[in-house]
Amino acid sequence: MDVKPDAATGVVTSSPNWLTTRLDFLVNWSRRNSLWPMPFGTACCAIEFMATAASRYDLARFGMERQAFSPRQSDVLICAGRLPFKLAPVIRTIWDQMAQPKWCISMGACASSGGIFDNYAMVQGIDTIVPVDVYVPGCPPRPEGLLYGILLLQKKIAGESVFDPTLRVEKLADSSGLFLEPATVDELSEPFGNSVHQTRSA
Amino acid sequence: MAGPRTVTYELGTPAVDARGHPARTPLTVVGDGEIAGDRMLINIGPQHPATHGVLRLVVELDGEVVVRVIPHVGYLHSGFEKLGEYRHYNQIIPLTDRTDYLASMSNNVGLALAAEKLMGIEVTDRCKVLRVIACEMSRIISHCVWAGTTGIDLGAFTVFLWLFQERERLYDFIEAWTGARLTTTLTRVGGLMADVPDGWTDGLRRWCARFPPVLDEVEGMLSKNSIWLGRTVDIGVMGAADAINWSLSGPMIRASGVPFDLRKDRPYLGYETYDFEVPVGEHGDVYDRYLVRMEEMRQSARIILQALDRLPDGPINVSDPRVILPAKSRAMSDMEAMIFHFKQVMEGVAAPIGEAYQAVEGPRGELGTYFVSDGTAKPVRWRIRPPAFINLAALPKMAEGHLLSDLIAINASVDIVMGEVDR
Amino acid sequence: MPANPSVATLQARFGDAVRHAFVSCGDTVVVVAAARVHDVLGWLKSTPGEQYDYLVDITAVEYRDRERPLEVVYQLWSLERKVLLRLKVELPKDQELEVDTVTDLWAGADWLEREVWDMFGIRFRGHPDLRRILMWENYAEGHPLRKDFPLRGRFSRAEQTRQALSGDLEAHYSLDELAIKGVTR
Repeated sequence: MDVKPDAATGVVTSSPNWLTTRLDFLVNWSRRNSLWPMPFGTACCAIEFMATAASRYDLARFGMERQAFSPRQSDVLICAGRLPFKLAPVIRTIWDQMAQPKWCISMGACASSGGIFDNYAMVQGIDTIVPVDVYVPGCPPRPEGLLYGILLLQKKIAGESVFDPTLRVEKLADSSGLFLEPATVDELSEPFGNSVHQTRSA
Repeated sequence: MAGPRTVTYELGTPAVDARGHPARTPLTVVGDGEIAGDRMLINIGPQHPATHGVLRLVVELDGEVVVRVIPHVGYLHSGFEKLGEYRHYNQIIPLTDRTDYLASMSNNVGLALAAEKLMGIEVTDRCKVLRVIACEMSRIISHCVWAGTTGIDLGAFTVFLWLFQERERLYDFIEAWTGARLTTTLTRVGGLMADVPDGWTDGLRRWCARFPPVLDEVEGMLSKNSIWLGRTVDIGVMGAADAINWSLSGPMIRASGVPFDLRKDRPYLGYETYDFEVPVGEHGDVYDRYLVRMEEMRQSARIILQALDRLPDGPINVSDPRVILPAKSRAMSDMEAMIFHFKQVMEGVAAPIGEAYQAVEGPRGELGTYFVSDGTAKPVRWRIRPPAFINLAALPKMAEGHLLSDLIAINASVDIVMGEVDR
Repeated sequence: MPANPSVATLQARFGDAVRHAFVSCGDTVVVVAAARVHDVLGWLKSTPGEQYDYLVDITAVEYRDRERPLEVVYQLWSLERKVLLRLKVELPKDQELEVDTVTDLWAGADWLEREVWDMFGIRFRGHPDLRRILMWENYAEGHPLRKDFPLRGRFSRAEQTRQALSGDLEAHYSLDELAIKGVTR
């Protein structure tokens, strides 16, 4: 069973065998069907998240019955809503407090890119602060959209391997608080499309 | 422990220290600067299931009794009012969906009314009645969320599921009308985005007939439930004089005995012609606020039925081509219509120089919009008078002296929505 | 549209502290001298016949014309008489942006004045707890609703993220804060 990661890239390149695939399947199956969400609900998307958890759309059938408001007990951070800068250290702290294996769903346009709020107060996408696995677009996404995002995450988890150490690397923030290069943060936050012209006041 | 101590500190020193970190504003504490040995300092939020959004409550506890509570807001500050200065009046309407996202259509109507007051536009009768229907539907869905989440906070989860199912039914109507469940962008300056589809009014009429029995079920669960009464009666009492002094509005001030409802006192959209009652409480506690909101839902259904009965035919938009976009088919074929379309989209509709304040009775209280215009198509100042922000400021007054679990009940009874509190 | 009769009574009582008055879109607006605004508002609140016992809103306005002064706007409502009145105070930009607080008249003014301080940098003399309320305590970029404050802020996004993340979470609450003599005391 030779599953050492490659020295240069860190990627596991040796081919899996029957035992490892069965083990992976079992672990991933149990993980993806019992994701306990950490609903980091801030704004309108949180209301659609609540609607998804209510009776008509029912998150419980995906194993997400137990909303874990404690980060220690949760698996997936669902950032539902816009993230202002004042709230940035809070989500970073909560992400750091979550134990591996953990995933992150960025729900809505504001969490994914800043949305319509390209201004002084808003983080332009939570991926500048925490690593994101699935982005769910929409303003707000319909419950079906969120469910599709969750199913995508489940599919992503199904493709993981327990023996791949790169997956569970904790991307810690450096002393300045950023976990990405400043230039990358600026690039991700660049206005695009119509947003470029939206700063004329009169 | 010594009594309240005075603290002097320097304000507004936006200094950055040598390492580039923001410097802490220096504080000089007069007194021993220590918390008494028998007190605890705890932090609730900003991420917490029971704070109804990203609200941080700093609480000083003496055992279970709340000695001091300081709410910290601003965790959802999104720069709405700044953004509004860079948008045409119609482009601000989608922004209003996102301030009070539980009652978006109410916000849309509030902004459109203020812009129309500023520009001196009188909308059509059909538009007025449809806007009344929209406002009352928003009130019902907002109070459904309130009742559901307050129920969850106090341990009654079933109410949440029942009322969210009613919300889903109303969402179906809203989606059929506007295309969106939550972020509706219903109004335009001078009219509405679209007329209601065929059969919509019949469906809504049937829903209004089915809704009061659902409320009866919810009230049967809660109103005489000894646990509910124990957790809400005489909790968070706010007297009438205090409620006026703290500028409360909406169900908060009405539960305290002050019959202040903008639909009766400063009527708009023809509310003075509708037959409805405004529930007013006596004691100003959490239970009264619950009763007021439940009754308001019934009255809203009553208003919707009256509005549906009187819904006149006719256009939903004013016929002013400088304000309302022409029909697409005409804009593509008729030169004059194309020019009007072009001017409105590229330049926006200019408002005359002046200012206007227009308030509507939102589910949380007086939702006011204040526009100051310098003659251009983008306002100089867009101010949202936020009822939830002002109601929340009174939380320390209501909660100090109560138990920690009562603090949760009182916080729930204020019915805050952080998008409106923080804007 | 006739002006609110309070304009006449104010002019009779306060003379030239009432700078001018006008009607805009049906609303009556009175501009008063900044130094007298506390007296004027107190008089409007307590005088029988005026009884503006309900403070609707306090906000501020800065115009695009750089020469115009900042304005602090007070919206008042009389619950009994069902009348609205708007008062304004002009603060020229070349002087200190300060005006007296009205938290002793209405407790609801507390957070409203804090927000005006946060967004505009206008100080309220005598306010018990004038800290930023919407931005964080040590926000270093300035006062966001001022016209010289750019829409996206003054710093780069990376710098804004860094400043936000490096803020000490506990600085937002502390034992010292509990010692601040608030409005409820």
